[in-house]
Amino acid sequence: MNFDRFYEKDVAITGIGQSEVGRPSQKTASQLTADACLEAIRDAGLNPTDIDGIACWPGDHNNAGDSFSPIGSHAAATMLGLKVNWYGGGYEGPGPLAGIINGAMAIATGLCRHVLVFRTITESSARLVSKSASALTNKTQGRDGSYMWRWYTPFNVYSAINLIAIFAQRHFHEYGTTSEQLAQIALTCRANAALNPKAVFRDPMTLGDYMSSRMISTPLRMFDCDVHCDASTAIVLSRSDIARDQPNPPIRIEAIGSALNVPYSWDQLPLTEMATRGVGEMMWARTDLTPEDVDTAQLYDGFSILTLIWLENLGFCERGEGGRFIEGGARISREGTLPINTNGGQLSGGRTHGLGYVHEACSQLWKRAGQRQLKKADIAVAAAGGGPLGGSLLLVRD
Amino acid sequence: MSAEAKFARKLPQLTAENTPFWQGGRDGHLLIYKCRSCSDLFHPPQPVCPSCQGMDVSSEPVSGRGRVVSFTINHQAWAPGLVVPFVIAIVELVEQTGLRFLSNIVNCDPDDVLIGMEVVVVFEQIEDVWLPLFEAAQ
Repeated sequence: MNFDRFYEKDVAITGIGQSEVGRPSQKTASQLTADACLEAIRDAGLNPTDIDGIACWPGDHNNAGDSFSPIGSHAAATMLGLKVNWYGGGYEGPGPLAGIINGAMAIATGLCRHVLVFRTITESSARLVSKSASALTNKTQGRDGSYMWRWYTPFNVYSAINLIAIFAQRHFHEYGTTSEQLAQIALTCRANAALNPKAVFRDPMTLGDYMSSRMISTPLRMFDCDVHCDASTAIVLSRSDIARDQPNPPIRIEAIGSALNVPYSWDQLPLTEMATRGVGEMMWARTDLTPEDVDTAQLYDGFSILTLIWLENLGFCERGEGGRFIEGGARISREGTLPINTNGGQLSGGRTHGLGYVHEACSQLWKRAGQRQLKKADIAVAAAGGGPLGGSLLLVRD
Repeated sequence: MSAEAKFARKLPQLTAENTPFWQGGRDGHLLIYKCRSCSDLFHPPQPVCPSCQGMDVSSEPVSGRGRVVSFTINHQAWAPGLVVPFVIAIVELVEQTGLRFLSNIVNCDPDDVLIGMEVVVVFEQIEDVWLPLFEAAQ
């Protein structure tokens, strides 16, 4: 379908904030949220009274368990004393960037001018109490009646890694991708984390370390998994014409990818593409820019193979060529043609779960990334989600 | 947790729509929904055909034969008593391209499982559920 109006271009990111990234943090979820949100509002040159919209993902949703999303939009708006025209949350949407996508739509339709988007997660603290705090089987009591997981938990699928490992195995089989190639995602993230003072794991990692890390679910090892943390990340979206009067150079939302062209399911979708193909095709259909224009990509790495699948389906390499594209790691390093996950991603930086990618993209575009600052960073892609969840943003500093 | 902790599979809630799938094994059948309008088989069970939106749908026995589309050997003991390693796989049924669901491959060494391997359904009964698992076809 062809569209001739792309209203997301009327929306800009004007401020970012992030709490400490603890493993664990001594702060409560509310404290982390307040730290991130107030920093982002200040960074945007605004006062809390200027914020007239708030959004998050997944928000206050019982099915995910508290530590995955301890604070929703209701709680955050109330805690911060906001008076909003529009608010939203909820799990159903194009993955962890859904809060930004929904917030941008609210601004573009004139419901509000400045939307605070946040994501709080406290999985590190939760895992100190129960190591299986985030296990799928704990998300429902008794017999599983959930829409999707009930088709997996009876077969002892306890973690999303089992489903994503099945995708990885298929990618290895179809395209000849190898563990040594996949390792480059983890190694690149670790090398970048060394330059990020907030990253959870900063010690050097070698290919040998990766290959000898414990096998969790073939072909995925421990170092293919992201690291739980306690953190909150916040982003302020503003209407573009107002944004010009705010202190930071506006970062325009050039294009959104939010398509779901496949069944919302982990076993019925195309295993080596997931939802990412439709997301990428939609995003690039809404802009004159092309993948070659992108200076850095911040791509979901809840598990390493997801980053590789995003690379392919966002058009940074041919489908099936991801393994060869990242081989040796040079292309995706800070000095490469497409630096990825420059803050260490979730694999080494911490599982801030979604908004961390946008926070880092903006840090790079605003030249605030300190030691890890890229030489050229004017256009960035942030994408998040795995399986049927997926959303992407093309960001341009005006 | 004690080493003797008894492991129990989590069972699905039965509904009018999914009961044939979970209980077909009582009679030795794998029951899959079929659309009477376009003849497509589909899974998971639902009252509308996802291909043609036809409402005349019902379950019928299929052969129980299929091929491994992809799999993983899980090595992590996520719960007390869960015996590892074990194989989780997506199996495509021979009746129709793309007709598939997630299950376990049992009764073989996990290292012997391959993509493309021919498998056949075997049922494991727990309470009122007959789990459709798969083993290597002879």
